Amino acid sequence: MANKITLNLISGRTIQQGVAIEGGKEKPLYRTAAGIIEMDHQDFKKLGAWKNSNVRVSSEFGSVIVKAIETTQGPHPGLGFIPMGPWANSVISDNTYSTGMPTFKGVPVTVEVALNEPILLGIELVQKQCGVKVG
Amino acid sequence: MTKTVTDVICPFCGTLCDDVECVVSDDGKQLLEVYNACVIGTEKFLHSQAKDRVTRPRLRQDDGSWKEISYDEAVEYSAQMLAKAKKPMLFGWSSTNCEAQSVGNEIAEISKACCDNTAATCHGTTLIAVQDIGLPSCTLGEVKNRADRIIFWGCNPAHAHPRHMSRYSIFPRGFFTGKGQMSRKMIVVDPRPTDTAKMADVHLQVEQGRDYELLDALRVAFKGEWLPDVVAGVPAEKIREAADMMKSGRFGIIFFGMGVTQSLSKNHNIDAAIAVTKDLNEYTKFSIMPMRGHYNVTGSGEVFAWQFGFPFSVDLTRGFARYNPGDTSTIDLLIRGELDAMFTIGSDPGAHFPISAVKPIANMPSVCVDPHLTPTSGVSKLHVPVAFNGVEVGGNCYRMDNVPIDCRKVVEPPEGMLTDEQFLIKVRDRLKQLKGVA
Repeated sequence: MANKITLNLISGRTIQQGVAIEGGKEKPLYRTAAGIIEMDHQDFKKLGAWKNSNVRVSSEFGSVIVKAIETTQGPHPGLGFIPMGPWANSVISDNTYSTGMPTFKGVPVTVEVALNEPILLGIELVQKQCGVKVG
Repeated sequence: MTKTVTDVICPFCGTLCDDVECVVSDDGKQLLEVYNACVIGTEKFLHSQAKDRVTRPRLRQDDGSWKEISYDEAVEYSAQMLAKAKKPMLFGWSSTNCEAQSVGNEIAEISKACCDNTAATCHGTTLIAVQDIGLPSCTLGEVKNRADRIIFWGCNPAHAHPRHMSRYSIFPRGFFTGKGQMSRKMIVVDPRPTDTAKMADVHLQVEQGRDYELLDALRVAFKGEWLPDVVAGVPAEKIREAADMMKSGRFGIIFFGMGVTQSLSKNHNIDAAIAVTKDLNEYTKFSIMPMRGHYNVTGSGEVFAWQFGFPFSVDLTRGFARYNPGDTSTIDLLIRGELDAMFTIGSDPGAHFPISAVKPIANMPSVCVDPHLTPTSGVSKLHVPVAFNGVEVGGNCYRMDNVPIDCRKVVEPPEGMLTDEQFLIKVRDRLKQLKGVA
C-alpha cells in the first residue's frame, strides 16, 4: 500500500533555479531545477520511496507532480523544499493576511509516490491549470 | 577583432555587481563572453544572444496559436485595453530601469490603474514594517569597510545573491576589516543547514515560522535575563552565544530575506528584527538591510514613492494615490476578481504568484512585456518582447542599499526591437489620444 507522509513545505531560491530562469523558462532545464521537492533522508524512509521518484505533493490549495530528490542542504526532517516557481506555487497558501504577501513558507502538504505521472514543463503546467488553449 | 566592455553592471539581483566585463564583437552586435559575473548573471547576459529568441510582438488567436504583429499594433492593443478597463493593473517593474518605471507611472495616472511591483512577493512586508518603526540602515560600502558581525537571517546568499559575500559582506578586505573573513563573525538563522549556514560561525537552526520568538529571545539575551531552555527549537545557550557575539562587534549588520518576509507573522517578524537592531545600538553600532531580489525592485519602490508617495500596492482608481496592502495589493485584487485588465512588465507573476492568482490573468485582457518566454507570456493575450535591460539598453537602477547606479548598454538589440521605455512611451502617447488628455 502506498504511503503518504505530511511535511511542512517551504519554497525559495536555488542557484540552479536562478540559472534555469535566465536560460529560458520554456526549457526542460527549468523543470529539472524547480520541478522537484527536496526531502530529508528520513522522510524518504517514511515515504518508502526511492530517491528521484515522481511524487504528488498536495495541500488544501492544490496539487502538483514533482520529482523527489534528497536534499543537498540538510538534514531537515519534516521539512520539504520546492524551489520557487510554478510547481511550488501550485500548492502554497494564497492567504496574504492583509499584507499583500502570500504565505510561501510553512504550508502543510502531503507527499505520496506517483511513479507514472508526468512532471509538466513550467509554462505547460501554468497553462494547463489556467485552462489556456494552446495552438 | 573583439572588444571588451568593462565596469558593466549585472542586471540580475539587487547586489548589482559593477565589475562585470563583456567581450563583444567588433560591430557591437554580438555578446561573446562574460567575465566576473556569477553563474546566474552570466546566463542572463548570454541568454540575450539565444538564436530562438522572440523578436516581434505576438497576439494569441482564438485557436490558441500566436500571430506575429507589429509593435504599432501591440501599442494599439495595449492602449485600447487600458483605455477601456475600469480597474487595470500595471504590475512588475522590478527588472526594468527607473526611466521606464516613470513612464509607466504616467500611464497608470492616465488610465486610473492600480500599480504594484514585485515587492508584492518579496519584501512588501518589509516595507510595511519600515513604515511601522523605521530602518536603521547603511550602504554596502560601509559593510565592506566596517562590518565585523554579519547576520544572515532567513536568506541564502550562496544561492540567491552569489557574489554578495565575496564583494561586500564576508570575504572582502575593507578599510577597517583588513583581514577579510578572518576579521568577521558570521551568524546564520535558517531552518535548513543551507550552503550559507555551513560557512557560519554560529548557525541557529530555528523552527520554521518561529523567527519572531527567536528575535524576541535575542532581545532578552542581550539584557542577560532568564530564557527557557529552548526557544523556537534553539537551545538557550546557543542564543546567548549568538547574542554575545553580536554585542561584542564594532559594527554589525543583519541581512534578511524571504525566510522572514514570507513566513507567518510576515511584517511583524521584520518589526522584531528592526527592534533587535535598535537594541544592539545600546552596545555597539548595528544596521539592518533587506536582501532585495530583482535587480531594480528597490528602484521601483523609489520611483513609486517619489511620484505617488508609496513604495508598492498603489491604487489610482479614484484619481489620487491610495495605499492599503491587503486591499490594493495585486494578489488580493486578483483573487477577489476586482481587476479587468493586466499589464505585466519586468516580472513573471505567472511563475511566482500562487496559482489561484494566476488563473484570473488568463481570463482577462492581458499584456506581457518581457524579452523571455515565461508562464506569464504563456497565459497572456499579447506578448511584447523587448530589449534586455542592462544588456541591450542602459538606464538607472537602485542597489539593495538604495544606492542609484547607471546600467551600461553592452550590445545592440536585434534590429527593430524596442526597449521597455520606447514601447511604454508609445503606449502612453496613444492612451493620451484615446482619453483626450493633452
